[in-house]
Amino acid sequence: MPSSLHNPGKSIRGGVQDFLPRLVLSPTIALTLVFTYGFILFTTYLSFSNSGMLPSYDLVGWANYTRLFKLRAWSIATTNLLIFGVLYIGICAVLGLLLAILLDQRIRAEGFIRTVYLYPMALSFIVTGVAWKWILDPGIGLEAVMHDWGFTSFQFRWIKDRDMAIYTIVIAAVWQTSGFVMATFLAGLRGIDREMLHAAEVDGASTFALYRRIVIPQLRPAFLSAFVVLAHMAIKSYDLVIALTNGGPGISTEMPATFMYSYTFTRNQMGVGAASAEIMLLTIVAIIVPYLWSELRGNKQ
Amino acid sequence: MSTATRSNPWGRLALYLVLGLFCIYYLTPLYVMLINSFKPLGEITSGGMVALPQDWTSEPWQKAWSEAQVGVEATGLRPYFINSFLMVIPAVAITTILGALNGYVLTKWSFRGSTLIFGFILFGCFIPFQVVLIPMARTLGLLGLAGSVPGLVFVHVVYGISFSTLYFRNYYTSFPTELVRAAQIDGAGFFTIFWRIMLPSSGPIAVVCVIWLFTNIWNDFLFGASFSDFDSQPMTVALNNLVQSSTGVKEYNVHFAGAIIAALPTLLVYVVAGRFFVRGLMSGSVKG
Repeated sequence: MPSSLHNPGKSIRGGVQDFLPRLVLSPTIALTLVFTYGFILFTTYLSFSNSGMLPSYDLVGWANYTRLFKLRAWSIATTNLLIFGVLYIGICAVLGLLLAILLDQRIRAEGFIRTVYLYPMALSFIVTGVAWKWILDPGIGLEAVMHDWGFTSFQFRWIKDRDMAIYTIVIAAVWQTSGFVMATFLAGLRGIDREMLHAAEVDGASTFALYRRIVIPQLRPAFLSAFVVLAHMAIKSYDLVIALTNGGPGISTEMPATFMYSYTFTRNQMGVGAASAEIMLLTIVAIIVPYLWSELRGNKQ
Repeated sequence: MSTATRSNPWGRLALYLVLGLFCIYYLTPLYVMLINSFKPLGEITSGGMVALPQDWTSEPWQKAWSEAQVGVEATGLRPYFINSFLMVIPAVAITTILGALNGYVLTKWSFRGSTLIFGFILFGCFIPFQVVLIPMARTLGLLGLAGSVPGLVFVHVVYGISFSTLYFRNYYTSFPTELVRAAQIDGAGFFTIFWRIMLPSSGPIAVVCVIWLFTNIWNDFLFGASFSDFDSQPMTVALNNLVQSSTGVKEYNVHFAGAIIAALPTLLVYVVAGRFFVRGLMSGSVKG
């Protein structure tokens, strides 16, 4: 663009130039305003209404919430979320840390091994669900294979067992995401101050003490971010449950996300569904907001 | 810190053994899917899930691709595979372009309140989508986009922007602002600067963003299940229908072939550009 020769043109262009950045940003702002904030408000409104199959605008106060907390399906869903969340995050963290430490020992073919550990992260939860559904199926999977190998008394039918089915979801979810936690910890390990480690090593600290006293405490930020991501994924988990157990046997593997979907779209109790979505949102906000707050404050210092 | 283990050859051996065992752990499901997709059904049901096929056959693949009963008609997964591409390509393109422009404005043309606006957009990364499902279903109906592929594109763009904006904004923050100012003094306008100065150096982040969006949108199930009809279903929904259908014999071999077909595009991207995938994963989830 040639520089303008006369001033009036330039000043006009200056005006447009001032205006353009905001204009470019405005579609995104509008979309966010309507489809994120507006929709959250709408769902909040519905959670206080007597909506059934279709949205209704008659307010009923906290009725949907009181009903929600009395429902057996919801208490199963929240208990499952708790069991799943604790085990999923705990096992992923331990496994991820272990693998990261093992991989940080100047391993040959580290790149290849890392690729293998992380590839499940590229798969859809539906694919993971299909694979594990049949691997855990007593008729053709692990149990059948063990029987075929001669261990005829071997039993593994958690996926058909109301009390144990939730643990099969943990198994599949850990398989899918532990590699990601490993990568997070490995990045953290690579950022650790080598000088300090060297000094401690010279002082004769054992490898175990080195890790316990110096390395693992420095991984706190990596652990925190992994925790936030995993907690977030646990609360939103829907696809994997649908593909692996479809909420069953019975409703024994119901989770908040599957509960919300079935109450809203198949049981025609939209008000209760909206209330459950609100609880999910609040739970995530309770985890994310303190995290972001501490991150931003940390950046300012 | 590794001298202790390095000096001990048995320790090294054990280390490699453990790492190898974990490789087997992560690869087993893929192995199971792969070998069983080449077996006749009888070999699977007789308890031979981990054995190699005695009778190699490509029939399960053929069935999964073009013959299996997924929806109303026995079309196989092919039309849904195509649907997924029709959905993912425009969604990724639009979201990436918008994200790049937003990131450019937020870092190089920042104005009063632009940081606040960024925070405001960023919130979209964290919401559970359950909280927007009901109004979105209504809105797509009102827009005449219900149950269509363009409707899915729209939804993915709307909820993908916060991520693409985050990527580009963080990347452009470290891009020298003096270059932009210098170009401005030379008379270059808003779009000229974007086109000639910012975009040519955006290669890495564009790749990260495209891969991340592609993987996420391809793998999405919730939106696909909520907002599509029989003829606009994406691959993940079709695969789930194929596997869950209760009519007739369960054709495990066909299910496994279908699962691999559904996984193939994202796996391919991962193998070819894994480095960028990991980068996107880390910065998309870690950065606040």
